[in-house]
Amino acid sequence: MNDTICAISTALGVGAISIIRVSGDNAIKIVNEIFDKDLTKVNSHTINYGHIIYENTIVDEVMVSVMKAPKTYTKEDIIEINSHGGISTTNKVLELLLLKGARLAEPGEFTKRAFLNGRLDLIEAESVMDLINSKTDYSRKLALNGIEGNISKLIHEIINKLLDINSNIEVNIDYPEYEDIEVITKDKIKEVSNFINKKLEVLLKESENGKLIKEGINTIILGRPNVGKSSILNSLIDEDKAIVTSIAGTTRDIVEGNIRINGILLNIIDTAGIRKTDDIVEKIGVEKSLSLIDKSDLIILVFNNNEPLNQEDKELLEKTKDKKRIIVVNKCDLPNELELNIKDENILMISALDNVELLKNEIINKFNLEDINNKDFTYLSNSRQIALIKKALQLSKKLEKDLNDNIYIDMLEIDIKEICEILNEVIGESYDDKLIDKIFSNFCLGK
Amino acid sequence: MNYDAIVVGGGHAGCESTYSLANMGLKTLLITGSIDKIAMMPCNPHIGGSAKGIVVREIDALGGIMGKVADKTLLQMKMLNFSKGPAVRSLRAQGDKVAYPKEMQRVLKSHENITILEGMVEDLIIKDNKIEGVKLSTGKEIISKAVILTTGTYMKADILVGDTRTSSGPAGTKPSLFLSDNLKKLGFKILRLKTGTPPRVKRDTIDFSKTKEEPGDDKLYTFSFDNKPFYKVEDQMSCYLTYTTEETHKIIRDNLNKSSMYGGIKEKLGTGPRYCPSIEDKIVRFKDKERHQLFLEPESVYFDDIYIQGFSTSMPHDVQEKMVHSLPGLEKAEILRYAYAIEYDAIDPKDLYPTLETKIIENLYTAGQINGTSGYEEAACQGLMAGINAGLKILKKEPLILKRDEAYIGVLIDDLITKGVRDPYRLLTSRAEYRLLLRSDNADLRLREYGYKVGLIDEEKYKKLLIKKENINKIIEELKNIKIDGIYAYNYLKRTEVNINDIVDKLSNKYDQLELEQAEIMIKYEGYIKKSIKEAEKMRKLENKKIPDNIDYDKIPNLASEARVKLKEVRPLSFGQAIRISGVNPSDISILSVYMKRYFNEFR
Repeated sequence: MNDTICAISTALGVGAISIIRVSGDNAIKIVNEIFDKDLTKVNSHTINYGHIIYENTIVDEVMVSVMKAPKTYTKEDIIEINSHGGISTTNKVLELLLLKGARLAEPGEFTKRAFLNGRLDLIEAESVMDLINSKTDYSRKLALNGIEGNISKLIHEIINKLLDINSNIEVNIDYPEYEDIEVITKDKIKEVSNFINKKLEVLLKESENGKLIKEGINTIILGRPNVGKSSILNSLIDEDKAIVTSIAGTTRDIVEGNIRINGILLNIIDTAGIRKTDDIVEKIGVEKSLSLIDKSDLIILVFNNNEPLNQEDKELLEKTKDKKRIIVVNKCDLPNELELNIKDENILMISALDNVELLKNEIINKFNLEDINNKDFTYLSNSRQIALIKKALQLSKKLEKDLNDNIYIDMLEIDIKEICEILNEVIGESYDDKLIDKIFSNFCLGK
Repeated sequence: MNYDAIVVGGGHAGCESTYSLANMGLKTLLITGSIDKIAMMPCNPHIGGSAKGIVVREIDALGGIMGKVADKTLLQMKMLNFSKGPAVRSLRAQGDKVAYPKEMQRVLKSHENITILEGMVEDLIIKDNKIEGVKLSTGKEIISKAVILTTGTYMKADILVGDTRTSSGPAGTKPSLFLSDNLKKLGFKILRLKTGTPPRVKRDTIDFSKTKEEPGDDKLYTFSFDNKPFYKVEDQMSCYLTYTTEETHKIIRDNLNKSSMYGGIKEKLGTGPRYCPSIEDKIVRFKDKERHQLFLEPESVYFDDIYIQGFSTSMPHDVQEKMVHSLPGLEKAEILRYAYAIEYDAIDPKDLYPTLETKIIENLYTAGQINGTSGYEEAACQGLMAGINAGLKILKKEPLILKRDEAYIGVLIDDLITKGVRDPYRLLTSRAEYRLLLRSDNADLRLREYGYKVGLIDEEKYKKLLIKKENINKIIEELKNIKIDGIYAYNYLKRTEVNINDIVDKLSNKYDQLELEQAEIMIKYEGYIKKSIKEAEKMRKLENKKIPDNIDYDKIPNLASEARVKLKEVRPLSFGQAIRISGVNPSDISILSVYMKRYFNEFR
């Protein structure tokens, strides 16, 4: 644990400079061995000009930041070497550090140390990992939001509400003879469980958006063969990723492309056309297309304006009716043969070759991307957190039901405690002593 | 004279230690300042209460004595929290302060393995960090294999009233002046704690018409699993409820600086109990409250004292007079004994193993208020466990350590040795994470087996337990096979509005009411009980992850400094214990876990 780790912290070979970060007990000592000035004598949080030297040769002209524990990212001594950006120079410096006894950091290890050293709570640590791995500006904003502890704050608020109820129940149990300590009525618990249900539901809903921001919208294009799915994909991503021919069944596997709409990543999957087929390769493609329906966030369902609706089309309409979908009628430049009997749904009439903007606008509307763009984010940004919150919400709803079933207040507390534990797990904190401290600070008791 | 064990102090802890050692067949000497004061109740007149009542039943299940004596001598009995759920129900008895000690003294005096000696223990005889006996103030030395200290509030006790400090034990008894200094020399950390007691007033000077009567329950109960009730519903004595008035509050505010705790005594004072504040504390801390509840509780049928629960104070006597006379119904009350605060020395319970043997001196055990607890029941259960474990060690048997999911006693001892105390520790239901498993109704099912194994429960009682267990299983099996309204009775009973007595006539056998109720609870709350068991299993897993006793916390990098200090101080035996230490955070546990993995990989 106390070994010294190092890694190149900037994208390799891109910028004008690269930063090599070193953290650990021996960070200063190790860098000192390859630097031409004595870093043990400089003040903390200073940046120092000098040279990286190896076997009396100058490797690079650098600026070296010295940050001494504990006021650093990892709470350990940290050195950051700003070297010149080239791959070979940067790698050379890294090699020298390894030679002098530092160890190459594992991915995320600086953050792990920050967490283990108590610098970040679990949510913050995970957000940092998200930040490192984020692909777009928005995911970066989201990750940063976690670091500021917005979610921690919200969850703490909920936990405090629950602790309040519990300490009240506990006082009623431990001091049953004190009639003037407010006897918690089930109505009051209900009030709080309503509050929690509302908060968690909002959090989950916003987290779904958070997931979209971070991971993108998984979009599949569905339709019978040769309705122009691949052409739509190509127009959206402006490149010929899918092979476009007029022979039905050309797209046999699943093709992916990415575009950004209002900064949100759209992961588009073009699918093999849905038809009954005996061709084995194509058959696998068709099955895969259908299985993707469940996993997708958005379905673009394409019909051919030039052909009448058939059984396969009807099945597709039925299979996607509960999903977020956009119905597109393609080939509007050809004579109308299609009769779609659909109410309450917007139908886009396009010709893939020129009306693709219409489709983009419809996607923006469907996901309120304008809103996401402007809003402050309070999202859970990883699936571990989301799963836990879902579990907590489930329990909170059970609590509501048990209240109506006249379950003993002491039993209800078991569920309340479990919700607290789950929420504490979300933020990586333990529970125990807070409750008793609260009892004594809030209530007036005695012999 | 040589004894197997010596118990120093005849309070509630000392009585249980003595009784259990003697019943394990060991020659036991009880040394007390005054034989008449054995099992005295110097403060409140009740036994049991929330959580504490369950402890009394646990003591009885294990083969202790408190519940049996209380059953015989009580003035009133109540089942608390009846409407809040089976797990939190708890018995409370108004005890008789004359009859209770007298009955306890009778039991102890008549035991063939017990010798009682009046005297003051001043020092311990120790060789190679192992106890060999005690030294009395007379210079006399007595040899034994084990010693249990149950000194209560007697070590360097000072009574505080207004601006006066008097060296004295509770209720005018002799304090122990030298023992705590000698413990300190041995390396024990000494804490200074404080508690208090309210004034007692004369019954026939109170106008009870201005108060509200609080009678006992009209159902009969016993603490002990072996007793039938000794009392009649209609013979129970009542308590009475009254309140402080605006005038009381004014008197207290005007005289606040005369209270020992608020400037009456200049030097720094010991830490008082948070949950048991003096009336001054309540007025200061809860300024907005218009009135505070006070209970008038009878102390005995043999004398006239009424205890004013909720009115503990360290005001000078003249102020106490005014305070008492400001209470409705007590305008003309005559004070028989004034309230006082008492300050005393205790050891740091973090210096103890879970057996209550001290880490510093082998075969020396401590129990009760010396360990920083408060309350008769808390003291008694520690006395019992110290007695059992000292006895088991003398007999060269494995110790008995109760887990947090087995007994409140386990919760209490684990809290003490893991977290230490800041103020006198009182057991609360909220301290028990798995309290649905630790019910008043199943204390025998949980613990009798242990009592039998250590030799405190005899064959006959043990057989009764086995029959009870068997019958409960039979009821459950029967209910699984009978149908009511087309559904199995087992599921039918899960409905909140259904009571087992509604369907009892469907059963083929006659069962005892307690067996029926037990089966009902097990069925009705099965879901919650399972949840608690699952939680408890998680804890057990951590409990089984042992920490080697030679671990050097200074060698573990990255531990937060507070965690390092705490871990070095407590030296937890397992991860389960480590995670409960306040100041040790989950991240410290992760670090410890990582270190341990390396430690084992490297050294195994």
